[in-house]
Amino acid sequence: MAIIIVDNQSYPVDEKQNLLAACLGHGLNVPYFCWHPAMGSVGACRQCAVKQFKDDKDQSGRLVMSCMTPATNGTRISIDDPEAKAFRASVIEWLMVNHPHDCPVCDEGGECHLQDMTVMTGHVYRRSRFPKRTHRNQALGPFIRHEMNRCIQCYRCVRFYRDYAGGRDLNVFGAHDALYFGREQDGTLENEFSGNLVEVCPTGVFTDKTFFKHYTRKWDLQSAQSICPHCSLGCNTTVSERSGTLRRITNRFNSQVNGYFLCDRGRFGYEYVTSDHRIKRPRVRSGSDRTKPGTPEGVPKTLEFAADRLRQARGIVGIGSPRASLEANAALQALVGPQQFYQGIDESERRLLSTILNVLRTGSVPSASLHDAEQADAVLVLGPDLLNEAPRLALALLQSIRQQPMERVDELKIPQWDEAAVRNAVQNRRGPLFMAGHRQTWLHEYATDRYFAAPDDVARLGLAVAGIIGPDAPTISDIGSDVRDLAQRIAEALTHAQRPLIIAGTGSGSQATIEAAANVAWALHRQGKQTRLSFVLPEANSAGLALLGGGSLNDAFDAISEKKADTVIVLENDLYRRADRAKVDAFFDKAHTVMVLDSLEHRTTAYADVLFPAATGPESNGTFVNQEGRAQRFYQVFAQSGDIKESWRWLSDLARAISQDGESGSGVATWRNFDDAVSATAMVAPELARIREVAPSASFRLVGQKFPRQSERCSGRTSLLSHLTMHEPPPPVDQDSPMGFTMEGYRGPVPAPLIPQFWAPGWNSIQAVNTYQDEVGGPLRDEMPGVRLIEPVATNAPAWFTSIPRVFQPASRQWLLLPLSAVFGSDELSNRSPAIAERIAKPFLSLHPSDGARLNLENHSTIDLVLQGTTYSLAVHFEPSTPVGTGGLSLVPEVSGVRVPAWIDLFEAIKTERKRRAA
Amino acid sequence: MLSDTEHRELEEAIKHYPDKRGAAIDALLTIQRHRGWISDDSLLDIAQFLEITAEDLDSIATFYNLVFRKPVGRHVAFVCDSISCWIKGCDQVQEQIKDLYDVDLGQTTADGRLTVLPIACLGHCERAPAMMIDHDVYGEVTPDKIDVLMDKYK
Amino acid sequence: MDYPLTKYIHHDGASRMLREYVKGGGYRSLQRLTAGMAPKDVQRLVGEAGLRGRGGGGFPTGAKWSFVPMGSNAPKPKYIVANGDEMEPGTFKDRILMEGDPHGLVEGMIMAGYALDAEVGYIFLRGEYHLSAQRLNQAIAEAYAAGYLGKPLPGTTFRFDLHLHSSAGRYICGEETALINALEGKRAVPRAKPPFPQTVGLWGQPTIVQNVETLYNIPHIINNGADWYRRLSRTQDGGTKMYGISGRVRNPGWWELPLGTTARELLEQHAGGMAEGVRFRGLLPGGISTAFMIEEHLDLPLDFSSFPPEVGRLGTGTMIILDDQTCPVGFVLNLEKFFARESCGWCTPCREGLPWVAKLLSALEEGRATSDDLSLLEMHTKWLAPGHTFCGLAPGAMAPLQSALKYFREDFERHITTGGCPWSKKSAQQRVLA
Repeated sequence: MAIIIVDNQSYPVDEKQNLLAACLGHGLNVPYFCWHPAMGSVGACRQCAVKQFKDDKDQSGRLVMSCMTPATNGTRISIDDPEAKAFRASVIEWLMVNHPHDCPVCDEGGECHLQDMTVMTGHVYRRSRFPKRTHRNQALGPFIRHEMNRCIQCYRCVRFYRDYAGGRDLNVFGAHDALYFGREQDGTLENEFSGNLVEVCPTGVFTDKTFFKHYTRKWDLQSAQSICPHCSLGCNTTVSERSGTLRRITNRFNSQVNGYFLCDRGRFGYEYVTSDHRIKRPRVRSGSDRTKPGTPEGVPKTLEFAADRLRQARGIVGIGSPRASLEANAALQALVGPQQFYQGIDESERRLLSTILNVLRTGSVPSASLHDAEQADAVLVLGPDLLNEAPRLALALLQSIRQQPMERVDELKIPQWDEAAVRNAVQNRRGPLFMAGHRQTWLHEYATDRYFAAPDDVARLGLAVAGIIGPDAPTISDIGSDVRDLAQRIAEALTHAQRPLIIAGTGSGSQATIEAAANVAWALHRQGKQTRLSFVLPEANSAGLALLGGGSLNDAFDAISEKKADTVIVLENDLYRRADRAKVDAFFDKAHTVMVLDSLEHRTTAYADVLFPAATGPESNGTFVNQEGRAQRFYQVFAQSGDIKESWRWLSDLARAISQDGESGSGVATWRNFDDAVSATAMVAPELARIREVAPSASFRLVGQKFPRQSERCSGRTSLLSHLTMHEPPPPVDQDSPMGFTMEGYRGPVPAPLIPQFWAPGWNSIQAVNTYQDEVGGPLRDEMPGVRLIEPVATNAPAWFTSIPRVFQPASRQWLLLPLSAVFGSDELSNRSPAIAERIAKPFLSLHPSDGARLNLENHSTIDLVLQGTTYSLAVHFEPSTPVGTGGLSLVPEVSGVRVPAWIDLFEAIKTERKRRAA
Repeated sequence: MLSDTEHRELEEAIKHYPDKRGAAIDALLTIQRHRGWISDDSLLDIAQFLEITAEDLDSIATFYNLVFRKPVGRHVAFVCDSISCWIKGCDQVQEQIKDLYDVDLGQTTADGRLTVLPIACLGHCERAPAMMIDHDVYGEVTPDKIDVLMDKYK
Repeated sequence: MDYPLTKYIHHDGASRMLREYVKGGGYRSLQRLTAGMAPKDVQRLVGEAGLRGRGGGGFPTGAKWSFVPMGSNAPKPKYIVANGDEMEPGTFKDRILMEGDPHGLVEGMIMAGYALDAEVGYIFLRGEYHLSAQRLNQAIAEAYAAGYLGKPLPGTTFRFDLHLHSSAGRYICGEETALINALEGKRAVPRAKPPFPQTVGLWGQPTIVQNVETLYNIPHIINNGADWYRRLSRTQDGGTKMYGISGRVRNPGWWELPLGTTARELLEQHAGGMAEGVRFRGLLPGGISTAFMIEEHLDLPLDFSSFPPEVGRLGTGTMIILDDQTCPVGFVLNLEKFFARESCGWCTPCREGLPWVAKLLSALEEGRATSDDLSLLEMHTKWLAPGHTFCGLAPGAMAPLQSALKYFREDFERHITTGGCPWSKKSAQQRVLA
């Protein structure tokens, strides 16, 4: 702790900070552009100048850049010094020499950091009378709009895109006052994190193209906290709406999870909510001919019909969903009873999840938050393809590889925030990152070592590493010398680290890799390392669903085929994504009644005898448990339209409809609001008890007031419906949360989950996050970053996993088809968003070139492949990293029904090959 | 595609640096010597050789003065416009070139013979005004000497 | 008088390669190593000799070297870089040396490398110096063949490798940290200091960047000793200096003279005075990022210690003369256009401020300026100061402008009051037409 003196006032600050961060942390307004709390200082924009004095006798002082000056004890500065103020105004004046000043037509207007800084410095009148330079803009793909004329050359975009996110197709061109930030040629920005440019850019050079299509000023948006539903990491988002239409997603800072950045799937995947395929009204099919579509029906009649069927049912099967909230799943579980509740995932996935839960519950090593992952100083990845399965974790690893080189930076006494100096000292040095798996991505370029092998061999590598680290851990004797050497190198790197991280997952369907990861982590833990484990799971609430328990989908199939039940309720789940078509068909055919609750039409909803229109995440309250075991709350952003309701509310209504004759109702029938849902869910399992602490309950008030979702400046409220009515209709009432769908309510500091958007006086852009933190870059005040539901018993020395898979042997006719996840294409919901759909690649089969030759195939040809009874048209990719004897199948919508991993006779399955235009 | 000679020369260039990227400027100048300028295709050839992206290489190429990202004539005349030459009348030299060959600064003659570019101080200030044609530097270039000088560059 | 750097240089421009160089005593400094001269001895000697950097900064070379980590724990490799990016307008001294005596640089670098235990050297040469490149390449090849490079030096285990890098042209490459970025194949944007290149330089390794002329001095200091070297000078800084004059003087040229020679002596004795029909108004003492000196400063010794603060600094020692037939505003406009074009584009005041300054000066020259414009120029001379900008380019650009506004203010004002440039025939016509 140090004391700095700012304008003759003393402030306690962390001396490891720079002056800019220290001042902002105390709420002192110092304008800046190029500095970013996650990207450090480079001293380019010169906006944050302050006057520094040698001591209390020094009257003249000198201007310094606060971002480049350490906050050492006794530092004496002035922000208000007239010369410093004049200089800062001049910096804006210089930036405005070429800025087009097109705020009224700029999407950034109203939340523009450049506007804020201009006002903050007091620069008003333009004195430059010379012509402004102009640029041609580029077409950068479906996510980002480009308007180079607005650029103020802060270099943040290239620093984020290249240095922070590993992107390669964006750069700065030219020199002096003729700089251009863009691609070498027009084309889609390829990096999976490109959307962050929208927030990183301090003005309107890079803006959200999806937002542009239904644009609204920030001040007119109604917003609330949400949790990204598109992968298992649980990144926090701010979801925004106006007049019944979802408008955009922005990052919501959570110091333990996503920090300042999102992936593009998370940011641009939201438009499924406004999809034309939304189910908006209940549908009922009274006959038994399922080839006929159901007919739209009113809510009371639908409930009546459904209740009738349920009362007559000879056993009900409830099928839950890893993409539905804990509360929705718990509601179904309560309705059908725990014995009849099934997780809605296949048996192998259920087994993997239960192994992972066991490892985290009974093992000695805790799961890693994304923040932990960024801090890791050695990482071993056993299996998952992070860029495609859990992109934000890949971004965290790109930061983790800087941890070890930072030791040299510390030795050289370079402050870690001094990014300009750090990069020169670090150069190409990278900390240990070992990646084993069956697919190569650009992330591998950052790996110390890479190993491409079938899942069993990946597991064997992990077990070999564990055997080297832990003397009593099971080890592998029959192992090639190159793999042994690799294992040795990995073991050395991990044991030399302070904070090693081991990552595995469910993606390759391999139990052995999960067990191997656990053994490695436990062996490191015994050496006293502050070890962390991270498991990448399939979906947003896979962990929550596993905590609720229940059999697999296969068990549900058995219950119907064994005639233990004749009625099925499917919760937010397309079963055709989870089991062979024939099996699902048979399941539905045998079921007398099929009821489905979901938001979007898909193959399963087509079977529904009763279809309930379910609310999507942004229209619901709910809790997700992420892959770390962290429970997080998402809030409804706007009132659902028409008959749409949250699934848990439908199920509660249904329960009441069943019991309405005489009985007062019990269980889910008593749920009246979301707090009831949370309380009931918390009772289901001991580990769920703490979900009540995740966020304030609906009854929470400050000064007796609720909390507005709309901004103070929300405009035109009284005239939004003026073409229909002269009266302003009352706003919808929210019984489920402490928030209101209004502008009115409590406006002081609030617990973080209740912050509608980050906004503060003078800080209209997303940079306002600074004002919500005590220490810039640190946790939000009153953060409530979710609750970790699973912590290991530290004293417990777990028993090693002892089963060792055999070396993977390629077969003569069979190939092991392995899943290749796609950041754009493998997520059910985001696939339905037009911008994401534009980025989905055509389905392909990846083969090792030698296997391609064995099959007599040509690279880039197209094949018809029969898989599990269906013919698919696939491109053939020869890929040296695909392990021999395996094939990689890209999991895009066209092939989403295929169950992999699976052994397939490719000689048999490949029906025709169309060469790539034999010239 | 790099020619064998180009490839050999680039292999030679990278020997001088601990990583390939270090030879980026040498590589650009080497290929420019062979091809006159750096087209988008040339840029890709070099980037592939150096194992960096086109964006990476173009970021460098567009920073420096002597890398041409647009076609130039068979010969390039660099007219020094820095202070010592300005005092001694480089403006008149430029004007004379314009009169003789109908070409402004930054332009190439219609017959593709000559591109005229301004250049920062050539370091021949004691013999100002100076100009450089291709690799040859000339001092005390008065307007009346230009046509004779240019005879060598057809 | 001894002129160690240039006494053997052929004034007809002919090359002087290995055989001739050795005959004249070249590579003699290497023999001192067999006699047991240790790296620290070389360092001490250079410090005692009072050698100061000849690139314009005048930083004492010995002090600069003292920051390089030495000993067995020091990072490996270390680098020594010759800064031959002579792009400072009006400056041509390094070219004279490199073209005239390329082996002198090779020898200087070997000995500097030895002193710092830096086993790899680069000569960073500006791209336009084709003749220098050709001769240096030949000298390097000869030095390898003769075993001065690439083999352990006699009596030591120290082996030095030397590479020539021809740049692609950018004034900012002359700034040592920008030069390092350029050498790494990056955009030549300056780096933040600290850390200084002595600890974190080329590819993150300890690096010394030294001006070409500075390096030429080192073998002579080793051969003849610190006292001899100090005696070459007329002032407290050691050695001779490459001086030069361009502009409207009778005999523009270069001369190696004792440090501390006055501008008057250079101008009147060596350059033969002003050219026919023009009169002296001022001069920039060493390149364009130095402040104007006027008549009253002509008797100041041209060295690194004698300039009072209001005169500024010596710079490169190659001076540019402003005469009375040349418009001072046009003169400064030419300089500022250069600086605006050569800004790297990294920091705001330089990137945006310099083009504005150039446009204001253009407006003055064209008679479109107002007195507010003079205030804007003055604002820039105040704001583009050391520490306000990322590197020294913009503050350097303000040195001639600020001093011109001081010494030639009435000329600036006349451009406003008469609506054009009093020196321009064209502008008189324009005034009539307007």
